[in-house]
Amino acid sequence: MKILVCISHVPDTTSKISFTDNNTKLNTTGVQFIIGPYDEYALARAVEIKESVGAEITVINVGEIDTEPTIRKALAIGADNAVRVNAFPKDAFFVASQIASYAKSTTFDLILMGRESIDFNSGVVHSLVGEMLNIPSVSPVMKLDLNGTKAVVYREIEGGKEVLELSLPFVAGCQEPIAEWKIPNMKGIMSARTKPLVVVEPVAVEEESIYLSFELPTAKSGCKMVDASTPEKLVELLKNEAKVI
Amino acid sequence: MAILVFVETSEGHIKKSSLEAISYGAQIGVKLNTTIVAVLIGSSPSEDLTSLGKYGATKVIHVNNNNLQIANIQAYASALQQVTEKEQADIIVLPKSSLTDPVAARLGIKLKAAVVSNVTEVPDTTNGFKVKRAIYTGKAFAEVEIKSTKKILVIKKNAASIKEDGGMASVETFSANVSDHDLQVVQKEVNKATGQVLLPEAEIVVSGGRGLKGPENWGIIEDLAKTLGAATGCSKPVSDMDWRPHHEHVGQTGVKVSPNLYIAVGISGAIQHLAGVNSSKVIVVINKDAEAPFFKAADYGIVGDAFEILPKLNEAFKKALN
Repeated sequence: MKILVCISHVPDTTSKISFTDNNTKLNTTGVQFIIGPYDEYALARAVEIKESVGAEITVINVGEIDTEPTIRKALAIGADNAVRVNAFPKDAFFVASQIASYAKSTTFDLILMGRESIDFNSGVVHSLVGEMLNIPSVSPVMKLDLNGTKAVVYREIEGGKEVLELSLPFVAGCQEPIAEWKIPNMKGIMSARTKPLVVVEPVAVEEESIYLSFELPTAKSGCKMVDASTPEKLVELLKNEAKVI
Repeated sequence: MAILVFVETSEGHIKKSSLEAISYGAQIGVKLNTTIVAVLIGSSPSEDLTSLGKYGATKVIHVNNNNLQIANIQAYASALQQVTEKEQADIIVLPKSSLTDPVAARLGIKLKAAVVSNVTEVPDTTNGFKVKRAIYTGKAFAEVEIKSTKKILVIKKNAASIKEDGGMASVETFSANVSDHDLQVVQKEVNKATGQVLLPEAEIVVSGGRGLKGPENWGIIEDLAKTLGAATGCSKPVSDMDWRPHHEHVGQTGVKVSPNLYIAVGISGAIQHLAGVNSSKVIVVINKDAEAPFFKAADYGIVGDAFEILPKLNEAFKKALN
């Protein structure tokens, strides 16, 4: 059983976002980078599968050299080896093309990643990869159980979930509560230093989209307070001032 | 060339987000001087399909295959590819949902089209084709230029307002070729709350946090939501503790909402929660802690005990809405 886990290298969820270079680049000053939280659920599920039925886990990241500490963390959590595609992740199509190209060179039974990255939030890479490899893709997946080459997955839908049955190989975009996050132990951290991390160059991809610039949302003008003893005042403001009811 | 708009249904009804998508498509249609074709897959909804003309569709194509009655990511992508080719459409618009993101992605590869999701505004077509999309979970926006000839846009709620100035649409049925390969993923069961206002599409959301002290106290949230015809949501700790189901979790790693009115009760306003609500039009915060960070992101606030305020507020809403 070979599992490929795709991870993104993204600002911590508590990061304050701002931009530099005339609003064309993320301001990384003071920003801590982490494994994408959804990707970490995917990795945790892969490690659980490895612990229960045995598997070899490869993590892949499309990123420049600064993503290596994030990749090492994935190795510490339990991946066996890693690949870094040496390129800035320009857009979802670029990233998916790199993952699919690598996945074609080595056959995987299962490809897991987060439902979306929390930086560009496209939520499409899993399905782009699935279509590129001509195998099924399911997302967002909250539960994934394997029984030989068959799988049962719970896919979240608006207001509930659907239970799906399919066969390996496939791609899944994961989210909680698919697995508990794993905290790397000392042995994991030590062994991560020596586990193989291969750097490959990207394949050429047609440019489908270009990110021109970024902007921040306009700030709220301030919070109008209503006294707790007169909640009807709030109703009046929502009706006559904000006009939302 | 035409603009294709995917019309999604839920529980036998056309979703409001689909009407927004048609109006959105129609606004691009005006700029590019082209017509709008709406595509609906699966069983007939209770609404009359010709009425989609009102929102801007010239024609409605109903893909009525028996094997497409249940939404299936791969099969829907194949069906949409066939309709796109038949109509020679260059732009495909889909309203964002748990179904359309994956469908759009697979369709994008089939058509060699760029897929841009989370789009928040009608594209700027004056010089190239540029769209605005939400990134960093609503903490920022990006302007993206699409270079591919065919373009797929998955639009966020409120990306366009619904316009009802059109006439009647013509309706035709279409039978798509769906292979077994497209139907590899088999649905065994659906567990879905029925008859409820769905969180991602709700116009008003009432959310509760740890301040409510326990799941047994959710009655006051539900009562208020019922009065307002609102969906109920919760913070991450509440869903982590299983007080409420996961699909109600609003935040960075949960559901992102963009209602007209978001009422947060007993939620302190961690950055992770704010990321899920910051595209709400108006935010009301009720919290007993005057220092709760959520007040900084709110339009209106009340400092006080939710257990006292909510029943009174509910009565006041009832009066105002009658």
